[in-house]
Amino acid sequence: MPKMEGIKRVMVIGSGPIVIGQAAEFDYAGTQACRSLKEEGMEVILVNSNPATIMTDKDIADKVYIEPLTVEVLQHIIEVEKPDSLLPNMGGQAGLNLGMELAESGFLESHGVKLLGTTAETIRNAEGRQEFKDMMERIGEPCAASELVENIEDGIAFAEKIGYPVVLRPAYTLGGSGGGIAHNRQELEEILANGLRLSRVGQVLVERCIAGWKEIEYEVMRDSNGTCITVCNMENLDPVGVHTGDSIVVAPSQTLSDKEYQMLRTSALRIIDELGITGGCNVQFALHPTSFEYIVIEVNPRVSRSSALASKATGYPIAKVSAKIALGYTLDEIPNAVTGKTYASFEPALDYVVVKVPRLPFDKFISAKRTLTTQMKATGEVMSICTNFEGALMKALRSLSQHVDCLETGDYDGLSDEEVLEQLSVVDDRRIYLIAEILRRGISTYEHIHEVTMIDEWFIDKLAILVEMEKQIKACGGNLSKELLTEAKRLEFPDCVIARWTGKKEEEIKELRYEYGLIAAFKMVDTCAAEFASETPYYYSCFDGTNEVVEQSDRKKIMVLGSGPIRIGQGIEFDYCSVHSVWALAKEGYETIIVNNNPETVSTDFDIADKLYFEPLTPEDVENIVRLENPDGAVVQFGGQTAINLTESLMKMGVKILGTSADDVDAAEDRELFDEILEQCCIPRAKGDTVFTTEEALKVANELGYPVLIRPSYVLGGQGMQIAVSDDDIKEFMAVVTRYHQEHPILIDKYLMGKEIEVDAVCDGEDILIPGIMEHIERAGIHSGDSISVYPAQSISEKIQNVLVDYTRKLARSLHVIGLINIQFIVYQDEVYVIEVNPRSSRTVPYISKVTGIPIVDLASRVILGAKIRDLGYEPGLAKKSEYKAIKMPVFSFEKLRGAEISLGPEMKSTGECLGISKSFDEALYKAFKGAGIDLPKHKKMIITLKDSDKLEGVEIARRFKKLGYDIFATRSTARVFNENGVLTIPVNRINEESPTLMDLLLEHQIDLVIDTPTHGDKLKDGFLIRRTAIETGVNVLTSLDTAAALLTSLESSEEGKLSIVDIATISGEMKQETK
Amino acid sequence: MITKAFLILEDGTVFEGKSFGAKKEVISEIVFNTSMTGYLEVLTDPSYAGQAVTMTYPLIGNYGIAKADMESRKGWPDGFIVREFSRMPSNFRSEDSIEHFLEENGIPGIYGIDTRALTKILREKGTMNGMITTNENYDLEKILPALKEYRVTGVVKKVTCDAIESYKPGDIKSETVDVKYHVAVIDVGTKKNIIRCLLNRGCEVTVYPCDFDAQTVIDSKPDGIMITNGPGDPSECVDIIGQIRRLAESGIPIFAICLGHQLMALAHDAKTYKMKYGHRGANHPVKNLDSGKVYISSQNHGYVVDADSIDSAVAKPWFINVNDKTVEGLWYIGKPIRTVQFHPEANAGPKDSELLFDEFIKMMGGDA
Repeated sequence: MPKMEGIKRVMVIGSGPIVIGQAAEFDYAGTQACRSLKEEGMEVILVNSNPATIMTDKDIADKVYIEPLTVEVLQHIIEVEKPDSLLPNMGGQAGLNLGMELAESGFLESHGVKLLGTTAETIRNAEGRQEFKDMMERIGEPCAASELVENIEDGIAFAEKIGYPVVLRPAYTLGGSGGGIAHNRQELEEILANGLRLSRVGQVLVERCIAGWKEIEYEVMRDSNGTCITVCNMENLDPVGVHTGDSIVVAPSQTLSDKEYQMLRTSALRIIDELGITGGCNVQFALHPTSFEYIVIEVNPRVSRSSALASKATGYPIAKVSAKIALGYTLDEIPNAVTGKTYASFEPALDYVVVKVPRLPFDKFISAKRTLTTQMKATGEVMSICTNFEGALMKALRSLSQHVDCLETGDYDGLSDEEVLEQLSVVDDRRIYLIAEILRRGISTYEHIHEVTMIDEWFIDKLAILVEMEKQIKACGGNLSKELLTEAKRLEFPDCVIARWTGKKEEEIKELRYEYGLIAAFKMVDTCAAEFASETPYYYSCFDGTNEVVEQSDRKKIMVLGSGPIRIGQGIEFDYCSVHSVWALAKEGYETIIVNNNPETVSTDFDIADKLYFEPLTPEDVENIVRLENPDGAVVQFGGQTAINLTESLMKMGVKILGTSADDVDAAEDRELFDEILEQCCIPRAKGDTVFTTEEALKVANELGYPVLIRPSYVLGGQGMQIAVSDDDIKEFMAVVTRYHQEHPILIDKYLMGKEIEVDAVCDGEDILIPGIMEHIERAGIHSGDSISVYPAQSISEKIQNVLVDYTRKLARSLHVIGLINIQFIVYQDEVYVIEVNPRSSRTVPYISKVTGIPIVDLASRVILGAKIRDLGYEPGLAKKSEYKAIKMPVFSFEKLRGAEISLGPEMKSTGECLGISKSFDEALYKAFKGAGIDLPKHKKMIITLKDSDKLEGVEIARRFKKLGYDIFATRSTARVFNENGVLTIPVNRINEESPTLMDLLLEHQIDLVIDTPTHGDKLKDGFLIRRTAIETGVNVLTSLDTAAALLTSLESSEEGKLSIVDIATISGEMKQETK
Repeated sequence: MITKAFLILEDGTVFEGKSFGAKKEVISEIVFNTSMTGYLEVLTDPSYAGQAVTMTYPLIGNYGIAKADMESRKGWPDGFIVREFSRMPSNFRSEDSIEHFLEENGIPGIYGIDTRALTKILREKGTMNGMITTNENYDLEKILPALKEYRVTGVVKKVTCDAIESYKPGDIKSETVDVKYHVAVIDVGTKKNIIRCLLNRGCEVTVYPCDFDAQTVIDSKPDGIMITNGPGDPSECVDIIGQIRRLAESGIPIFAICLGHQLMALAHDAKTYKMKYGHRGANHPVKNLDSGKVYISSQNHGYVVDADSIDSAVAKPWFINVNDKTVEGLWYIGKPIRTVQFHPEANAGPKDSELLFDEFIKMMGGDA
């Protein structure tokens, strides 16, 4: 069927800020869909509140609205833009829910907007638990015995009927949010209460527990003609019970016979056919490990994390094909872009193994429960491809950037056999390492490990193979035969690990390898297992084959290093930068090569760069590519710290680092060198020093006087950064940080509590271009990524502004920056101090590019190639302020991480961000809070508990809330201060006191907001419990008075009526400059 | 003890791997199959007689051997070529390992070779002959001419049943349903599941060996005739084609699959030719030209009916391959004959087109 008539203007809804369970995969899908729509001549109107995304670029869509994703805003945009259709299935669950609301309210119909792709009815049937269950019953597909309940009593009654354990799944939530397994009545009550609140429709499914069954997923496609195909199936190494987003996943399935494979495939296709899905869909199954019994777990009628993974695992672009199907094309009409010879109706055949490993945030949230459940906790993931499972797993582990390069972590060194075995029943992210340790010690059997974990013995055997190889290497006495090394490399043991176990240097292993002729070969991902010739240059490495990368280009080649898995502190913004850099370099006529390992991102889409290497970002893996490609240069400044960390190794390989040199990157990180530069430039910074040991740290801290800021160098996102107020804090910090070998020193600075200012600039070695100056709402001490950032800075004088520009120029020049530089300043008592300088792209680059209209990455990339800012049509200096105020609001995922400390500090905790943009500051702020989901008021009741030093300052805040009509509850000491100052406050008992306490208050679900400024290290105190309870009961919590004041400003100014909307695509960077 | 093994191709390429399964030297036609599951079904598909099969999926044997999944009484390929076989099969039905199965069936295997590189050679240069040997002192000068000379012949006779066999619903793990029809199956290398698909639909089945006499079949007054899949060059089966021509004139509804489809076309004076490297896998899209609907099919054929050779007054294309547009099915004008090149009985592969058996039931006057 040809394209449908009458579709010209399509609105696409994005997924909003990155949160756990809804990450970069939707930027990938949305971007692909937009490009696909534009290919068909459509005008694309994009709405997404997330400014760090690629889809919100004006090169991707024609009209770009970075606005809060609410029904009202979308209605307004529809009224203004008058799209003829809406594509709702690219923006994850968030986008789908909004599309549904617009459709069901009749708004779309009354505005002549057609819902493209899957219909509202289909979505309802797939997503509404009862509708889905009814439909499954109708077509005879098995579901777990279940009942949809709307209150706890019904839940208990049903659970008692079918017996514990039961699984709880709230309807319409993210990443299994609020779900879990209840083994008894108490757990049931707890999880169910949480789930009922989190569900948009107040419904939770109570169902038979099938934990321990094999979890199998199918990614399927269906067109309007009823043609159905499977793109890929996937098997979770972790059986049912662990959210698939937190599981190790392998594609294709490994332990299923054709009977089982086809049984589930047939079921998946029947289901999507019955649902009448047009586009991509994900079907999840639980398969009984010792019978053909299976159960349909759920169906996601949209692109998803799994569809992104399946797309990357097979080379089949699900989002792109889905978009074409939405326009009316059938699968047999859509060419397969990889082969050019086959069609989208051809099911991909893999001739390799793909392993996905989740990136969990427990390095950031030390107090959080590491247990993996049906509630997703991972912030990101890595994928790897190899010709064997063991190799793919090894590659994935070292792609995680988590200090892990093999299955031996040393975590169990001090434990007895009994202690190790005891941990086997713990389901957390360390399970495979634990199994490896058990196999290493030989203290249990496959059968026993399987019985406890329900992990299939095939996988256990694979771990055993890796452990056996580990033992062989250790036992060879440094005498690595060709045979042994060949096998070790086939299983992807990195040189550094082999070196460690044989007491040799990594270099020696490499030399031996070359001597034996053991060189990585690269194979193509071609969707068809080599059945057809393909040209798409999407490669992975292996050690058991011949190389098939064709060397053909006579153009100069540049390698762009990506940023790896999404983790807190290094998010989607670096993918934005990498992709834009690739595009800029390509425009300048270079051949581009991208290396990355994150399946969720745009950068790993096979048509972004000229060549894509899906590989770990370690020196050895990158060197394999360098040997083959011999690039003319490499760009590291766009891939976050992951890429920066490769700089030295790349130079050793003889690869020219384009842009700022490695020495200068070092100078920015090296305390002494940097101090020299600051001194030369006459720029003050907070006093501080570098240390290696706890003794040194204590000495320096005491000399500076507490509070001090303590952090490791060469890390991103303030990882491990803390404000220390006492010797104990220093000791605790040093104990944690020295757990890993420290090549780089620890930095200790005097902590100045001033106003934080952030600047991104492009420098061509001579001139700088500052697109804009940003100011943080929160005082210094809260990580810049967790602060509300305001552009243009609102409260700095012209004098300070000039100083900032001057310092930026001096620093950029002194550090010989070619490309991007990010500087954080503190303005303290009218004096400007430098906090830190990062000679690379930063988190704020996408946001500031969009709101100023200055394409920072594009300019930086061209500067890196030798262009001058002036040649590019820009006057050096600070760009003219935009007429818009743009506010970047951090978004957190605390509700997903049980036990995580939510109070903000110098270590970054937010997972994503959203934007509020308007000509008015107050409205921009209001939109930013709205976009972040802080939607007040409901009950007009709030709790305020402040540390002593904040109490007086808090009075004014309390007074303003009171004026807005809030009832204020507070602990006695806080209440006393407020009451004494004339703000009527109701005192409430502390948690360990008599009822009613603060906790009771929270559990009544009457509280809109908690403002709690934490005292240091109060993890076991009331404050922590209040904050956690509030988060877990869905109450907004603010831990900084500055944030609270900003929220007040936004609430005070919010008027009835429509918000203004801004088409970002109309903002173009003025070339006139304010200062020179 | 690991023994080296070599795969020597007609074009002189030598792959060094390791031996598993039966230890013997074979010359065969080397083909590749892209199915990611179903290695046992592939090994026991009689259509692979006379060929050595390369699996493009690198990990083979993961779920062991469940004998219930065998598509015929034994393994047929001359050789089995994989990248890696699993040392520890894991599946609740597994009774055996792939290694032992090959040994038992006298099939030499080679593992540890770059099957993707091999597949690319076969794709570029076309299907070719090769030798699997464990003899390290092989002499290419002697071997290559022998490889070039080697021809696959007489394979249908090798795989067909020895004598007439009868099946009733409930046999070979089919469903026990009432008998409504009697179907004569012409076994030119049938997979068990073709018979099972008929039994499940209430057909009593009489299986005839390939040297059947058409009149005997017609005289038995079957409600329908099924001509099965099978190995080798269809044009070689001159006698069978002659008999099929007579069946085609009988007015009895006929459904034919794969080799059966090719033989029926040849019986109507169309031509077949050998494809460069065939279709072997579980992912080929075929389009029903009546409905426009596309089905993913299981395929295993090296020969194909030449579309240009079909007299449009005799037969019309029913299905075509979406990728290369080759003929995947025919319906015969004025005759109750429908044939498909692909495998609606699946095993291994998708069951999307199994509904064609229902169509066959309808042809016999049933309501499926």
